[in-house]
Amino acid sequence: MRYALFLGCIAPLRYPGIESATRLVFSKLGVELIDIKGASCCPAPGVTRSFTQSAWLTLGARNLCLAQNLGLDILTICNGCFGSLFEISHILNNDEKKRNEVNENLSNIGMRYDGKVKVRHFAEVLYNLGKERIEKCMVNRIEKRAGVHYGCHFLKPSKVKKLDNPEKPKMLDELVSWLGVSSIEYKDKMACCGAGGGVRARTPEVALKMAKTKLDNLRNANAEIIVDVCPFCHLHYDQTEKTLGYNIPVVHLTQLYGYAFGFEPKILGFELQAVPIKF
Amino acid sequence: MGRIKEPAVEPDLSFANKIEKIAGETLNLCFQCGRCTSICPSGKITAIRTRKTVRRAQLGLRDVLNSDEIWLCTTCYTCVEKCPRGVEIVDIIMSLRNLAVLEGKISEQHKKVLMQILNTGHMIPFGEGDKQKRERLSLQGVPPTVLSDEKSLNDVKLLLRLVGADKLFGGK
Repeated sequence: MRYALFLGCIAPLRYPGIESATRLVFSKLGVELIDIKGASCCPAPGVTRSFTQSAWLTLGARNLCLAQNLGLDILTICNGCFGSLFEISHILNNDEKKRNEVNENLSNIGMRYDGKVKVRHFAEVLYNLGKERIEKCMVNRIEKRAGVHYGCHFLKPSKVKKLDNPEKPKMLDELVSWLGVSSIEYKDKMACCGAGGGVRARTPEVALKMAKTKLDNLRNANAEIIVDVCPFCHLHYDQTEKTLGYNIPVVHLTQLYGYAFGFEPKILGFELQAVPIKF
Repeated sequence: MGRIKEPAVEPDLSFANKIEKIAGETLNLCFQCGRCTSICPSGKITAIRTRKTVRRAQLGLRDVLNSDEIWLCTTCYTCVEKCPRGVEIVDIIMSLRNLAVLEGKISEQHKKVLMQILNTGHMIPFGEGDKQKRERLSLQGVPPTVLSDEKSLNDVKLLLRLVGADKLFGGK
């Protein structure tokens, strides 16, 4: 099994532990990840799409073309990248006019998008590998109480994503439970962290307040860790905790799997966070 | 970013059509039930009233482009999931933002993010400290993205010029 690994911006540039964990975990599972050389920002579904839809579609299509040239489907490690690339491919596959416009732009750099690249979210790929295969790689069982954070663009809009029930999903809860982690119930579990849509950049006080509400709910439910599947939610929680003095380490699902698979915390970037992860 | 005094504006159906052209025809399906407003996580703490924003778009009230509200949506899609009429609310808000940006209505913070993409192909900067962090994890110092491939960066810049992104809000 091979995928084209789409890195995005925040994982490789701010939280490299997530990139490192991704490479180690999938390699141990026998899934080969090929770098998409020259990939850019996805581009971000909240900000770029707010400014100009055509730039969003065109840059996204270029990223899809790079994977197409490798003959591979894309594996994303970020809800934002997944949201953008999945939705862009969906639009280009269904709207001939937009596809032609985008292809006309791409012809200037010698590219053409044929619409055959599938965009996958790493968590869904892990889930489909199945419990048995995961258990074969396990070294450490993790006995922790985790508040799972799905984020927004992983499952929604559910009409096109069709991965799980967007109101009461199970996928991430099961994925952590396979490692021994208990996924706790907490108030407004499915609510947004507050970072998306350009809100964190433009009105950081609003983004902070939304994250604080979630962090209070997590703390009230005695969460020992927060498990996420998106580097942007990850960054927003980690930085908000530092600002407001919380101490519930944020762990990207790949980092959690990395630890369960026996990799050293150091190589998984546990120390490099604002609130270091301690197991 | 400050609150702009809203003048009384007349409905403008040609402007409403313009919005619909970008946002899609589900704009017309909204019957103003207010479900979106009631479950908006941003609306719990801010002035965004989703139902009202959609109504202003339907009527083509031009002042909607001046409102702070359209920028307070985190694009979480909760409203889209709950809308009984299948209105693509996030698409509508994104369209309003696109139209606002065309009129130069964009915050300094957002200009910065767009300039970052225009100049580097990524939405955040990458410095020596970030490179060192990567090396500590035995990762390639500069990631194998547009950052380590000049031709790719030139391609990205060319595409952004072709779609006019460099000319938005009078950018250089």
